[in-house]
Amino acid sequence: MIQDSGMARHALWRLLGLIPTLLMLITVAFFLMRVAPGGPFDTEKLLPDDIEANLNARYHLDEPLLQQYFRYLGQVAVFDFGPSIQYKDWTVNELIRQGMPVSLTIGVAAMVLAFIFGTLLGITAALRQNTRADYALMGVAMLGISIPNFVVAPILILLLAVYAGWLPAGGWDWSIASMVLPVVTLSLPVTAYIARLTRGSMIEVMHSNFIRSARAKGLPESVVIRRHALRPALLPVISFLGPATAGMISGSVIIERIFSIPGLGSYFVQGALNRDYTLVMGVVIFYGVLIILLNFLVDMIYAWLNPRVRYDKKR
Amino acid sequence: MKSGKYDSVNLLHQFVLLSIPVLLLGACGNDDPEQVAGRGRHVRPVELILNEDGRPVPAVLADVQELHRDNGQEPQTLDPHLAEGLPSAHILRDLFEGLTGESPEGRIIPGAAIRWNISRDGKTYTFYLRRDALWSNGDPVTAEDFVYGLRRSADPATASKYAQVLLPIENAAEVLSGDLPTSELGVTAMDDFTLQIRMRDPTPYFLALLSHSSTYPVHRASLLEHGSAFSRPGNLVSNGAYVLSEWVIRSRIVLVKNPYYWDADNVILEKVVYYPFEDQSTALKRFRAGKLQWTSEVPNNQFKWLQEHYPDELVISPWLGSYFFGFNLEREPFIENPELRLALLLALDRDLLTEKVTQFGELPSYTLVPPGIRDYVSPVPEWAEWTQAEREAEARRLYAAAGYSEENPLKFEIRYTAGENNKKMALAASSLWKQVLGVQATLLNEEYKVFLQNRERKILTQVFQAGWISDYADPYSFLNLFRSGYGRNYYGYSNSLYDALLDQVAAERIPSRRRRLMFETESLLLADVPFIPLYTYVTKRMVNPRLKGWQSNVMDHHYSKHMYFLKAATDEVPVVVEDLEVIEEGAGEDVTIDSLQEIAVPGAGVLIEEETETVVPGQDQELLPPQEDKEPDSQVEDVPLENETGGDVTQDKVIQEEMIE
Repeated sequence: MIQDSGMARHALWRLLGLIPTLLMLITVAFFLMRVAPGGPFDTEKLLPDDIEANLNARYHLDEPLLQQYFRYLGQVAVFDFGPSIQYKDWTVNELIRQGMPVSLTIGVAAMVLAFIFGTLLGITAALRQNTRADYALMGVAMLGISIPNFVVAPILILLLAVYAGWLPAGGWDWSIASMVLPVVTLSLPVTAYIARLTRGSMIEVMHSNFIRSARAKGLPESVVIRRHALRPALLPVISFLGPATAGMISGSVIIERIFSIPGLGSYFVQGALNRDYTLVMGVVIFYGVLIILLNFLVDMIYAWLNPRVRYDKKR
Repeated sequence: MKSGKYDSVNLLHQFVLLSIPVLLLGACGNDDPEQVAGRGRHVRPVELILNEDGRPVPAVLADVQELHRDNGQEPQTLDPHLAEGLPSAHILRDLFEGLTGESPEGRIIPGAAIRWNISRDGKTYTFYLRRDALWSNGDPVTAEDFVYGLRRSADPATASKYAQVLLPIENAAEVLSGDLPTSELGVTAMDDFTLQIRMRDPTPYFLALLSHSSTYPVHRASLLEHGSAFSRPGNLVSNGAYVLSEWVIRSRIVLVKNPYYWDADNVILEKVVYYPFEDQSTALKRFRAGKLQWTSEVPNNQFKWLQEHYPDELVISPWLGSYFFGFNLEREPFIENPELRLALLLALDRDLLTEKVTQFGELPSYTLVPPGIRDYVSPVPEWAEWTQAEREAEARRLYAAAGYSEENPLKFEIRYTAGENNKKMALAASSLWKQVLGVQATLLNEEYKVFLQNRERKILTQVFQAGWISDYADPYSFLNLFRSGYGRNYYGYSNSLYDALLDQVAAERIPSRRRRLMFETESLLLADVPFIPLYTYVTKRMVNPRLKGWQSNVMDHHYSKHMYFLKAATDEVPVVVEDLEVIEEGAGEDVTIDSLQEIAVPGAGVLIEEETETVVPGQDQELLPPQEDKEPDSQVEDVPLENETGGDVTQDKVIQEEMIE
């Protein structure tokens, strides 16, 4: 669909813009981590000076900060995030490589689930505007938005895992059974949000002039909805998808903890708390790239769905 | 354009159709063959029958000998010389074997060394290794492996954090600082199976240190071959009862029985799976669903509920750790003011704090060294015998004498870090102080590393949360915290007499004298009030009642090789267990719920007794407690569940872990 050269050029520029953005991200994150009090080796136990010196030397923490910074940039340029300070047997690359598929699977599955059910529910409610069904659906959606994950998750575990025994109560073995609860829990608030979003824009679209024209032409209602209303109604949902997907992949820390899922989210939190500089930096860069790419992708889809924001006309 | 529109709608339909069977499939995924009867209740085991050797007879053993253990967190490493933190330590104890080992009750027993001699001056240890000990690839375990391991552990290039365990060894400090080559470490292989270790000072707790992973041997050939990847499954060659078979980071670590282990015939569990459940309620739910048989902790607000619903599973026992508040003696208002500090100490009702705040039956504490160290009893301060009303009266008198009153109240800050109990303790203490004395204490919650830094610098702190859980069962580990200038002396306590006494303790070899010296040292410390003792930690976990062979011990060291599953008693007993039976059963196998006095004590005591000449501690070992001799009926009265089991260390998990290893 994207055959226009203006569009392609725009895409290229956007991708090139990734580099300065990332550089800034790395710089800010690097120095922020170092500003935080304490270091990776501070614990309750006394560390003799000699041992601390050995440890610092091993991770190059004994060098001047700027030298460390440029050393790190040099490493990142060749995609080497260095050894993790906390998980000593693994490099950051290995940790990300192991955690990424898990986080992506959960995030994308939850997003797909949320998108499908959210739009279906939203459209259903919109077409039955101000009926009991509408109120019921939107009431449930409101609940879905307001009840936090860390409440829903334990309740689901208790009901479906402990009492019914149908699903595992946490843990991850790539079986579908172990994915159901985390994915569903993660998708619930987003489903609800998408449902409300879809309903709103669908109602608006259904009252617009071109829908009236379509109906005036004598098209059956189902065709009016499918051919004319659906695409414009989904536009706000699409622009919400980018940040939402990134949020789901990166922001599932609570879900990961409650269900004991070996994704990337907890590296963020654990890494920061332990001052595991290399791990935090690696995950920050990974998420940075992911968020930029997702936003880029969504913009492209948006342009494709909505001719009004095509880039070729202006350039 | 048209086609695009239809595509998106069709796609939608397809997704919906696809996702429905996926959900249904998921709901059918019931792979729960475990021993759960009804809502998370565990079935009872058959009665334990032991043979002459103290091992269970095959008839009572379950068919599946597979343990699923919650380990609290992902281990930082499985390299024994880089290991720190409890999660690593638990797994390494199964994978490796040091010169000494520990019995289920925590006593020092022979490990890779079958016996040892200690020279008269206590400075030379000669270890005689088992000739039948093999690595998991079939190579013999030799004295040279231990020499190599100890040198690697002390090598500055290894950058081991816990190499300090080796410091009592001759030249260890110089090797660690890089001033001497590793070959100068005071460790020599006399022949293939004889190892000599020379000490800088006689260190009476040295044998206990030898079960620490920093002293484990490593398999030289595989280390040279695989380098930093030597601790991965398939590469790791170990000398313990288990070998590493699978490691999915932050999911599970699977160990299987090591067929080459010298005592493999007596290792009953075939497979041990460690899970890093960071969330205690997740672990509890997994336990209730029958997927775990051992948790690392329990959620700290559920004591009552657990005690009511899982009396057989909930296991609580004293731990070798003290929780207290520290004073910064380098800052006003606590410089040179022991009376004021004593007033604050007396005003806190410890019984109230442990009953209402910590709630898991932590023991109120009046001293620094926790109970449970063999042959050592802490000095009991005079005020420990008073009633709380008397203490409070004295507190008010001292407070007024220090020049404070209602119009001129004492003001200070209490610093603490994340963790439910820390906050609760600080809150409770500040309100008790306010109530009893009218003190105005401000609470300051700090992020963990910030807290550590502030506490160490002694510039901002006034009163702060502190605690110590020891690596080895010796009072010296606690007393040394208050040595002048010591890096973990957050209190700014400096007393030359105290330091001199500590030096004497370190050099003393005669146990009775050493004990007296330590008693004196602690008395001196308590009289100076540089801290406010609050309570003794407890460990608290859920254990499947069918899992036996282990015992509570103050070190909280539990080797999988001692454990085994008994058959379920479902055939003989109706599924619904009567209340009465539950109690009887709980008491009959009550090793798990020992009262404090009965807790077996590891380490120091054994060493102290051994000081004279050649020691053959093998005769001393008792792999199983005489639990089957106990009469259930009398036990019911002796060990009421409420009193003996209650207790929860609700302090921050991170801190615990940092402190311990």
